[in-house]
Amino acid sequence: MKFVQNIFDQTRPLVEKDGKRNLLYPLHNALETMAFVPDHTSHSGAHVRDAIDLKRTMVTVIFAMVPALLFGMWNIGRLHFGAFGEESSLLDNVIFGALKMLPLITVTYAAGLGVEIYFSWKRNHPVNEGFLVSGLLIPMIMPVDIPLWMVAVSTIFAVLIGKEVFGGTGMNLLNPALTARAFAFFAYPTWMSGDKVWINTTSADGGQLVDGYSGATALGDLATTVGQGMGNPATETVMAQFGPEGTYSLMNAFLGLIPGSIGETSAALILLGGLFLIFKGVGSWRIMLSFFIGGFVMAAIFSAFAVNEFMGLNPLHQLMLGGFMFGMVFMATDPVSASQTATGKLIYGFLAGFFGIMIRVFNPAYPEGIMLAILFMNVMAPLIDHYVVEANVKRRAKRLANA
Amino acid sequence: MSQTFKIRKGHDIKLVGGAPKTDLGRITASTYAVTPSDFPGITPKLVVKAGTQVKAGDTLFFDKDRPEVKICSPVSGEVAEVKRGAKRKILAVLILADTECSYADHGAFSFSGATRDAAAAHFASTGVGALITSRPYGVAAGMSEKPRAIFINGIQSGPLAGDLAYQLEGKEKSIATAVKALKLMTEGTVYVSHDSDKAPIEALQSLDATHITFSGKHPKGLVGTQIAQTAPLNKGEIVWTVNAIDLPTIGAAFESGEYRPEYRIALAGSKTMNAGYATALQGVSLTQFLSANVNTDNSRVIAGDVLTGTKIEKDGFLSFGQTQLTAIPEGNQTEFFGWVLPGFGKFSTNRAFWSWLFPSREYDLDTNMHGEERAFVVTGEYEKFIPMDIFPQQLLRAILIKDIEKMEQLGIYEVVPEDFALAEVACTSKLPLQQIVRDGLNELRKEMM
Repeated sequence: MKFVQNIFDQTRPLVEKDGKRNLLYPLHNALETMAFVPDHTSHSGAHVRDAIDLKRTMVTVIFAMVPALLFGMWNIGRLHFGAFGEESSLLDNVIFGALKMLPLITVTYAAGLGVEIYFSWKRNHPVNEGFLVSGLLIPMIMPVDIPLWMVAVSTIFAVLIGKEVFGGTGMNLLNPALTARAFAFFAYPTWMSGDKVWINTTSADGGQLVDGYSGATALGDLATTVGQGMGNPATETVMAQFGPEGTYSLMNAFLGLIPGSIGETSAALILLGGLFLIFKGVGSWRIMLSFFIGGFVMAAIFSAFAVNEFMGLNPLHQLMLGGFMFGMVFMATDPVSASQTATGKLIYGFLAGFFGIMIRVFNPAYPEGIMLAILFMNVMAPLIDHYVVEANVKRRAKRLANA
Repeated sequence: MSQTFKIRKGHDIKLVGGAPKTDLGRITASTYAVTPSDFPGITPKLVVKAGTQVKAGDTLFFDKDRPEVKICSPVSGEVAEVKRGAKRKILAVLILADTECSYADHGAFSFSGATRDAAAAHFASTGVGALITSRPYGVAAGMSEKPRAIFINGIQSGPLAGDLAYQLEGKEKSIATAVKALKLMTEGTVYVSHDSDKAPIEALQSLDATHITFSGKHPKGLVGTQIAQTAPLNKGEIVWTVNAIDLPTIGAAFESGEYRPEYRIALAGSKTMNAGYATALQGVSLTQFLSANVNTDNSRVIAGDVLTGTKIEKDGFLSFGQTQLTAIPEGNQTEFFGWVLPGFGKFSTNRAFWSWLFPSREYDLDTNMHGEERAFVVTGEYEKFIPMDIFPQQLLRAILIKDIEKMEQLGIYEVVPEDFALAEVACTSKLPLQQIVRDGLNELRKEMM
């Protein structure tokens, strides 16, 4: 690996303090430390250190996302060809999906890392690894047909306003990936909701969409039942899709064979990623479990007192739809924006899941209630921690009083 | 009836190169050094200068703010040099030893009808008072303090720690004397801790004191853990802590009035050529001993263990209060894509590397940091290694912003730097936790004095 080291050694003078390309120093440093774990030795405190670092933590999260990401690519192709009633092989689907997905990923990383590198240079610190994950999360929670420039603008907004203004990775209040999605959602609503954006229907060879094609998502369809009451014949066609034979059957929703944001449809593979994260000790089981329970409790309450078909949906089915599972595993668990105390994590997760389903069902104009619920709980997390820590402070003060 | 506490939070770092019970002889040298930086919380005021003749047990320097805290010479001889650094800071007092050691006679202590004041004066004049650490702050104890309790730590559970039973062999009598002396110093309880995962140490078991027993993982051997489990320290309280290995020195000072800081020290680690035990006086020059027993090629010698010890040079001296020497490789090499590889052979306290499959493996760890320093990102990590009712990350943040009130509220009085050592090892962001805690304690102490 000598020659790789040589490349870094030869280019270093260019980017060092007096070099011509000093602005690129953070990038040089990031790439070099990526290629080679540095030869730094301990100078204070403990003499030996754990092999783990932030790069390892972040790459573990990326590994956990890969199954859902690959499935998402395949699903892009499957839905596209399905819309035209065309036969397509597994490979066709994946290639079509990859061609849609890769530009999204590239643009996100370029936009986000550009901002990160600028701030690293400005503040004279190394590039933080946090964006490795954010940069992959953002494309996974976008609809397939969103224009690339919108992704770029959203990403820049998220990194700048969501993270850097607070002081960078570790200091941010909000989850940067969700900030990007929220920005896109409110800035470009027509590209982030409705029934046009979830399935790519541009045909190169002038194909015709199949009869009865609908580009809506399960939640979009469910939202149409609101205000119609329970058992209204007008909602029958919609609700039939949620039956065992329908497009949005529980099994299809669990496996992910439904339209939706690119990486969020397959509950099964997301869950697999979640278990991997818990097992690796990187993701918080407390947040994931309490998030699930919170969502389930809310969905069960709705189901018991249902006044429309959306509320009446089987709680488990409710949780398999939309961004609930993805939010639970990959968004709510961001250690920086989540609660930091063990007890706080349980409260935070529960409320995020609970409010997620509440917003989704009560305000169908925001079918993505999960995003808003997690962002809301991000803001609340420091407050939750405050009370948890305060209990410890009180306990200590009481001990002192009794001493 | 002794109480048993099981320590579940923590980690035993298993390293290769444990010390077998081989006798490496006696470390002799003509130069000795006493280093003020081995005594946290002391501003040294010299009473000797180059050329002064001293006996073993004569005061070399004392604490400017608490003159009763005296640091004594471990040998007799001539003060060769007072090494100074920037701003004339005293780095070390070097002593050229006599061939035959003569001792300053502080007189044998008479226990019959002895008062606390008499014992305090004897602790101060013989220099063994400096072997007592005072909490909060983790500094050398001042003899005018009124400790709520005294904890005698009979557990050595750190990486490659020496076998305490072996190190204390044959010193039963002076150990009992030391405890008798310590009991005079407090109206509270004198605790002695025992490791129930090891064979009981008779000399400690038979002591007239309150016995507490610990089992499980390191940091059971840190006295901070033991205090936290028994009766956590409150604001305004003081407890003293003494390592069991220092009891013979204290006892001898009370029996004969002489200061004889002689220890059976352990030499361990993967970079040793001969691991084992050697007899040595505090402050002895280690140049010859290390060149004979340690492979000095790209290695680091640590006085103490790898968690809390201090790095010493190849021509260094045995630090005060350290009874273990550890030699491990320096880790000044890069590793190609080390963070992506499965890491079957990598030491880690969590499962992010596949080495979790081999929990009982011994590692040959080097000093590499395995990554660059970052901001706090991962949460819930430190808690796994600190068996106390505190919020470590919140406390560290309070220290970093110098919020004294918050530090107090979050329990800074209950900790000293070593309590954060394991968390520092595990820290994903590679932050200097022990240094942060030390800075916080210093800040607080400055404020309170």
